[in-house]
Amino acid sequence: MQEADLSFLEDSFKKYYFNHFDLIKVPERTSEREFGYQKFNSGMTRHIPIKDDKELHLMLMQNIPSDVYCSNAYYTFPSLPMNEKDWKEADLIFDIDAKDLNLSCREGHTISICNECNKVSKTLTQCSKCNSSKLEKKSVPCKNCIDASKIEVEKLSQVLIDDLAITKENIQVFFSGNEGFHVYVYNSQFQEIGSRERSELTDYISLRGAIPETFGMRRHKQDRAALPDFNEKGWRGRFSKQIFGSRSKRSKIITELLANGYSSFQKTLDDVSENIGVKIDPNVTMDIHRIFRLPGSINSKSGLTKLFCDDLTKFDPYVEASFLSDDTVEIIANCPIEFKLKNKKFGPYINEKVTVPTFAAVYMICKKLARIA
Amino acid sequence: MLELGTDELAKYPFLEGAGKFLKEKGFPLSQFGTDPDLKSVVDKAYHRLKVSTKGGIYKSEIIDGEASDTAREKEIFSFLLAIVLIKLSGMHTLVKRFALAEARRAENHLEKDLGKASDKSKIDLAIRIIYDLFNIEVTKEDEFFKIPVSDYLKHSIDFHEREWKLVNRHVENGKVLLTPDKTVRLIRKELGTYITSKITNAPTPPMIPGLENIVNELTSIGKALTPSYTITTGEYPPCIKHAIEILEKGENLPHSGRFMLATFLLSKGQTIQQIAPLFKNAPDYNPRVTLYQLNHLAGTSGSGTQYSCPSCEKLKTQSLCFPIPACDNIINPLQFGRKKK
Repeated sequence: MQEADLSFLEDSFKKYYFNHFDLIKVPERTSEREFGYQKFNSGMTRHIPIKDDKELHLMLMQNIPSDVYCSNAYYTFPSLPMNEKDWKEADLIFDIDAKDLNLSCREGHTISICNECNKVSKTLTQCSKCNSSKLEKKSVPCKNCIDASKIEVEKLSQVLIDDLAITKENIQVFFSGNEGFHVYVYNSQFQEIGSRERSELTDYISLRGAIPETFGMRRHKQDRAALPDFNEKGWRGRFSKQIFGSRSKRSKIITELLANGYSSFQKTLDDVSENIGVKIDPNVTMDIHRIFRLPGSINSKSGLTKLFCDDLTKFDPYVEASFLSDDTVEIIANCPIEFKLKNKKFGPYINEKVTVPTFAAVYMICKKLARIA
Repeated sequence: MLELGTDELAKYPFLEGAGKFLKEKGFPLSQFGTDPDLKSVVDKAYHRLKVSTKGGIYKSEIIDGEASDTAREKEIFSFLLAIVLIKLSGMHTLVKRFALAEARRAENHLEKDLGKASDKSKIDLAIRIIYDLFNIEVTKEDEFFKIPVSDYLKHSIDFHEREWKLVNRHVENGKVLLTPDKTVRLIRKELGTYITSKITNAPTPPMIPGLENIVNELTSIGKALTPSYTITTGEYPPCIKHAIEILEKGENLPHSGRFMLATFLLSKGQTIQQIAPLFKNAPDYNPRVTLYQLNHLAGTSGSGTQYSCPSCEKLKTQSLCFPIPACDNIINPLQFGRKKK
């Protein structure tokens, strides 16, 4: 990134931080958490202790970070090196990202940047100029992606509440600042479980690794009565709703399932789990030493804010999470796909000089699809 | 701690109360070497041990607590004496086998006690033993035992059978519902560990005159049990081959795949300098980052933790497993091609 871009981003971020202290608050039990930040074009600074909002705001103004992070873990000594921190417990966090949902819309709003020759294009397999396969992919706003991610958040909340007895008040949903959601769970029985246990929990939530026996199917001595019923709780209930559709079809479908045999059942189960399993990133949930983007801070992949979603159904991140100014700025944009931010349309731009509002300029520069003219 | 009667101690002689019981009865250890009346206890202890070295479980004469006080005492004494004999033999291999066998035996009793729908006190006792020893809160509802999901996870995490995955369990309202046998199976390993630690921490008494022959016999049994070494073919398992192929083609190997490959090769004794070039073709290759990450995995930087290669089960869920017949029965890629000699 060139000098002018950096100082433009830094300037815009600084203004945001200064004007929106109200959005950026330290989480509870602040002094037990590890904070970290990244500056533009520089590495990560971690293991920082912060005691209150005031100290956080000071840190933001002094360093003007591109990204700010805070641990979900609680430590006795958050500022010491990792193995001396004395890990106590960690909130449970789930990451739902539109890019992991295998959506068919992705191709239509993804742009590739060649690592070798910097060519920007809509072809996603190979660089159309130098044939390199080392492509960096950037996606621009898509309503379908956000809607699909919201559905996953809803599915996740259902499993958390119904199966794992998490209360609604202890679940918080945040827009990640790019194209997904972070779901936080507080005060649960899972606070103190380790990484492997969390990984096992994610397998449960994604319905991964299920065997036919769990759903009443056996290799030998088949038993109709063992197959799940509509009103059952947990995955057996959700499975039966998905596979039978309605009560009246249950009997007929069970006959078919039994006739097709065990391995066919496993295949059905895998297909079903692809549909009803919650698509969370298992690596995020199992990492108990990670520092997560701090709610209220800007995501430097987009210039959008990681924001608490009070009403998920109505929430539109591309309107509500963009807080940067409307002041215009001249950029050279190379964004071959049209996109919408704050209800305004931008692009497509093919290496052209355009004047756009700051929020759109920051968005494209963060995505490496533009530079200051 | 629980206040236990002799019938409970006979079933669960590893509980705190048993040692006290021996003291209260006033038998000094030396008496077991010489007193002909105690000879049957020595024989029982030896038998108990011998069965365990063959992988069996000692069958008690006491069934369902229907026995005389003397029989129960003998049962408790023989357990304690068996530990003394192990300590005197100095053979660690015996500790593991004996602890495992005794854990299985206790497991049978716990299972029976939990399954006794009619006898609430027996159920409560079993539930309390599980709580006191392993801090798991079990509650009973209908024919099921309910365990908090978090406790279930902590105790089942080392089980490799797929049926033990949480996703294959009946989960409701934050609890896992288990049958008595599964409830007990869940703590089998800890029961073994608990008994092992009891034996390991017990003091070694001086040799008891009269027991030298038995002790010598146990020493030679123990020596025969020392595991034989293994040889490996040196061929890589299919998951590793697949990962290397992907990288050679310049395609993207997910983070989990890189983690598997690096930890596998590190465990096989390769150096970071040998491993790093493998990642050269990755679309996002950055030599500095690769070295940093390899050093981290090897434990030479960062927290100092050396990361181990993920299990086959884990790799399956990450879609990194491509099993072939030669993978039969292994639970970690590192075991591939290993044969007992």
